[in-house]
Amino acid sequence: MDVQTLTYLFVGLSFALYIGIAVWSRAASTREFYVAGGHVHPIANGMATAADWMSAASFISMAGIIAFMGYDGTVYLMGWTGGYVLLALLLAPYLRKFGQFTVPDFIGTRYYSNTARVVAVVSLILVSFTYIAGQMRGVGIVFSQFLNVDINLGVIIGMAVVFMYAVLGGMKGITYTQVAQYCVLIFAYMVPAIFISLLITDNPVPQFGLGSDVADGSGMSVLDKLDNTLVGLGFGPYTEGSKSTVDVFAITLALMVGTAGLPHVIVRFFTVPNVADARRSAGYALLFIALLYTTAPAVGAFARLNFVETVHDTPYSEIDPWFRSWEDIGLIGWLDKNHDGTIQYGPGAPFEGRPSFSEVRGLLDERKVVNVPAAGPNEVYVDRDIMVLANPEIAALPGWVIALVAAGAVAAALSTAAGLLLVISASVSHDLIKNTFARQITDRQELLYARLAAAVAIGVAGYLGINPPGFVAQVVAFAFGLAAASLFPAIMMGIFSRRMNREGAIAGMLAGLVFTFCYIVYFKFIAPEQSNAERWWFGISPEGIGALGALLNFTVATVVSRFTANVPEHIRSLVESIRIPRGTDAPAQH
Amino acid sequence: MNDRDNAQSDGPKAYWRANLKLTAVLLAIWFVVSFGFGILLVEPLNRIAFFGFKLGFWWAQQGSIYVFVVLIFIYTVCMHRLDRKYDVHEDPDSPERRGD
Repeated sequence: MDVQTLTYLFVGLSFALYIGIAVWSRAASTREFYVAGGHVHPIANGMATAADWMSAASFISMAGIIAFMGYDGTVYLMGWTGGYVLLALLLAPYLRKFGQFTVPDFIGTRYYSNTARVVAVVSLILVSFTYIAGQMRGVGIVFSQFLNVDINLGVIIGMAVVFMYAVLGGMKGITYTQVAQYCVLIFAYMVPAIFISLLITDNPVPQFGLGSDVADGSGMSVLDKLDNTLVGLGFGPYTEGSKSTVDVFAITLALMVGTAGLPHVIVRFFTVPNVADARRSAGYALLFIALLYTTAPAVGAFARLNFVETVHDTPYSEIDPWFRSWEDIGLIGWLDKNHDGTIQYGPGAPFEGRPSFSEVRGLLDERKVVNVPAAGPNEVYVDRDIMVLANPEIAALPGWVIALVAAGAVAAALSTAAGLLLVISASVSHDLIKNTFARQITDRQELLYARLAAAVAIGVAGYLGINPPGFVAQVVAFAFGLAAASLFPAIMMGIFSRRMNREGAIAGMLAGLVFTFCYIVYFKFIAPEQSNAERWWFGISPEGIGALGALLNFTVATVVSRFTANVPEHIRSLVESIRIPRGTDAPAQH
Repeated sequence: MNDRDNAQSDGPKAYWRANLKLTAVLLAIWFVVSFGFGILLVEPLNRIAFFGFKLGFWWAQQGSIYVFVVLIFIYTVCMHRLDRKYDVHEDPDSPERRGD
């Protein structure tokens, strides 16, 4: 069978599995729809959380980003894992004890205020839609590259599958499909990583391979060789960064705090039976996530080394076939500036912007790039995203591995999209309709609204996937910055401070939200030409500003709460009760 | 009756203090391995070789993540003990659990 047929087979089989699970785990009540009945085993929830968390970006882009950023890629590795420590120690057990369905539920009840609830819903929807547009786009890209389907058709197929299990099954359907999706995606990530590690270092464990010697008899370790090679080409060393320490610190902190404040991750901990399980489940979730996150830096380093060695100083006529196949898709571009027929790779842009190609091919049958050449010797444009996807080809792995990677990338994108859709629909049906506008509706009606809201949200997500607002890549900072600056501080103070009142929490959330929003909009959209370390406040880039936003939230909330009314007695006892595990008792259970 | 009342009003407070202490210690470790070793001290640590890695780089891209996982499991085990010590644990089989 050729790669194409295998890919259809693998992706098709995985879809059949997801839909089968959806039919089997149909949700019958709002409790099942929102929190899977609260009966999910902590290990299953750990896997579901891991799949929920690891998106198309983690699966496809992260290793590539690290490959090209070297040490600076650390901000993503630590930022997107360290947040789970905050989540496990500061939020998850207490929110499980509180035992409601959504994050705005907690904020609205704890701060005895529908205004606080609505502010939380607004942050939640902003955060989740920013995130989801990228996921649908990821599905489309995978379809178009591996299955030769039009990107838009790919998005529509993805929407249809998510619709099946998110609308029918709610959280229950999503949880068990996510367990399956975790298995698919981690297998699909590890197999090529192990092969590549063996190929380059003879060590089958990528985490150890990264520290081993290169298996070419040179006696140099992978990282030393990478440092030497890159410095020889004029790059900075791989193991040292180019960002300022304060910026690395701020970005890491913003990503960690943002991770702990992301609603689609938090709600996963509402689905386990009790407080002890919520703690355990966070540990399993991070263990499953760490498997991929400690492999990614190895994949990144191997891929970079492989790329440089294969490409640099190689005559185009002798280049490996994968180079040409990615050139055909337009994610690699080569401009022979010195007309020697040989590829030179180095720092700096080869030409201005992304490559545009002329219809005619060049003398060596290369795709002719028509962009304005940039100064400097570099002749190669390479899209960072291809590193994980091209790895199996670069390492000449069998066709089934390539098919497996496609199925894994689709699993990563779908699982995250489904989790996000659920929190959006739950906060609309539960927080806005049930708890703000139409309190009298029955459980059945609320369930219907939840399904409708999920269907509408899928439609919007699909629209954003087909017509991506050109700035999807730039606004990742938004999702984490806003979650860090608004939701995390409000939830944490709601648990750890008995004195934090309605006025303080609302003022804090609004201050954090508005400050972070304005800072990012200013430097990303209004005056991107001013976005440099001299203009940034304290040298913190828009990616890291959520850390400052969170600090502002804490400060404003504390000050305002000192000058306003005390917290009512029943809220004080609510805080006392969520601090104690005993009596986890979901409402209307059994 | 009085004894039990005392235990119930005192127990949770002592439990909460013990919990805060444990959380603070674990978060201090969390901060030291990630922000300390991986970011602030990365340059001096990079002068030390560690199984083919520069030590600072290893902490940043590998070591800190391993420690994060271990920290959560240590927290789980210690909290399990604290829950029992201060008698605030939940036990699915006990008759105290309402609703079942």
